[in-house]
Amino acid sequence: MTVAILNVSWQTLADALALGGVYALMAVGIGLVFGVLRLVNFAYGQLIMAGAYALAFASQWGWPGWAGILLCFAVVLALSVAMDRLVFRPLRTQSPAVMLVATFAVAFLLQSIALLAFGPLGKIASSLAPLNRPWTISGVDIRKIAIVAIVVAAACLLLLQLLLTRTAVGLQMRAAAMDFGTARLLGVRANRVIGGAVLVSGVLAAVVAVMLTVQNPLVTPDFALRDTIVVLAGVVLGGLNRPVPATLGGFAIGFASGILGGALPTNQSQYLPTFLFAAVILVLLVRPNGLFTRGGGAVERV
Amino acid sequence: MTTLAVESLEVRHGAVRAVRGLSLEVRPGEIVGLIGPNGAGKSSTLHAIMGAAPVAGGEVRLGGASLVGRRSEDVARSGIALVPEGRRIFGELTVEENLRLGLAARRRGGDAAAAVERAYELFPVIRDFRRRPAGALSGGQQQQLAIARALVAEPDVLLLDEPSLGLAPRIVDVVFDALAAIRERGLGVLLVEQRAQRTVALADRSHVLANGELRLTLGPEDAGDTERLVAAYMA
Repeated sequence: MTVAILNVSWQTLADALALGGVYALMAVGIGLVFGVLRLVNFAYGQLIMAGAYALAFASQWGWPGWAGILLCFAVVLALSVAMDRLVFRPLRTQSPAVMLVATFAVAFLLQSIALLAFGPLGKIASSLAPLNRPWTISGVDIRKIAIVAIVVAAACLLLLQLLLTRTAVGLQMRAAAMDFGTARLLGVRANRVIGGAVLVSGVLAAVVAVMLTVQNPLVTPDFALRDTIVVLAGVVLGGLNRPVPATLGGFAIGFASGILGGALPTNQSQYLPTFLFAAVILVLLVRPNGLFTRGGGAVERV
Repeated sequence: MTTLAVESLEVRHGAVRAVRGLSLEVRPGEIVGLIGPNGAGKSSTLHAIMGAAPVAGGEVRLGGASLVGRRSEDVARSGIALVPEGRRIFGELTVEENLRLGLAARRRGGDAAAAVERAYELFPVIRDFRRRPAGALSGGQQQQLAIARALVAEPDVLLLDEPSLGLAPRIVDVVFDALAAIRERGLGVLLVEQRAQRTVALADRSHVLANGELRLTLGPEDAGDTERLVAAYMA
């Protein structure tokens, strides 16, 4: 059965929505840290990779699914905090270019460590595999993970919105993203706000690691690398320095690649990134400030 | 309430000596004016107090405790609030959110809602607009919001960097009246201003700064003495 207008199957539509949701979480994770540090964390994908390896090892050890998820969260959060303390904090006063190059270095370092320690062939994370089986909803088969990903992404974004708008630290994060110097003059503690953003961003990375590992149980050192590049394009597409536009940009590029991936014949799926990035370039030519920002915002060049 | 004391302060921006050996005191319940031509070192003095400009020498103390070398957020949390030049309102946040940001520097637990209420009492116009984006306010309303945002932290000392800049005369009256009311509440106020005559008339003491040095100190009785003011600027 297909959705007549789009000529795509329900499964493709659900997958596209799910991928959009997962990419939206990655986008907001990257956008939050950019907001307070003016730092594009290229190593975000490696946080997700580390979480995926945690899940793979947990299933190799025969741990139940929930224990694997707990281990994934612990590993990703510890690595996020370590990254902030060891790399971002000492470099905080340096130029954005220095920080960006430093995150490249961290990304390749982590990837190389994974390659040396776990080998190039990858490990299988099987303990959450049942989520890949379909649910039958009024005669239509949809994989459970697609539904779970959509629901989890929506719930995370809602919680994040509440955090940013209803709590003191959330308000301080938003203010710091707009004008950090003035926020500090008002008594907003830089370490608290940056630590909070890094932590929330880490939680989102862990959630994404679980979702992506279910969909793609083969965990290799370059796990989530391609997704990160696509999401970075999406974040730039939406507008980097505000959470909502960044989220919408991530969702849009995830949804588009889900639909395109379903529409392209299997033997041409390697051209998917080509179409995607061509679309990004086209959009940025027309709207250099991002698709979802109001006019007048300054372009942040990195 | 505690006294802010600046002793032989030196501020350098590279090779430029922006402030040279400045000493002044702001006691509870008094307004101290800091006036002088552009580039005299007035803003540099405020930034140095706030830990936002490097102190090359001298001391800044609040109630005896040194503030030199402390981070801006820690100075703010120790009881000094700055109303920055150009107001620096968060235009995308609502008026109320801007005020809530000011609560970040509160020291005592106390009643934050009451502090916000007292700020609204001083500037009723911002209460009417509290759910609007602050960027939609007029310049005068934004200035009132900036002062209110500093006050909700319940500081001992309030620093203001040219609060009347670009405001209509009627709004300048509102701001200066508010400063007098703030003094009545027992706060110490350090007021950097270009409107020399009005500042001298309002303040308990006004220091004239030129080339980073204190040239002259005037009392309210000198406000009518235009010649003396002009001479101080030209010196």
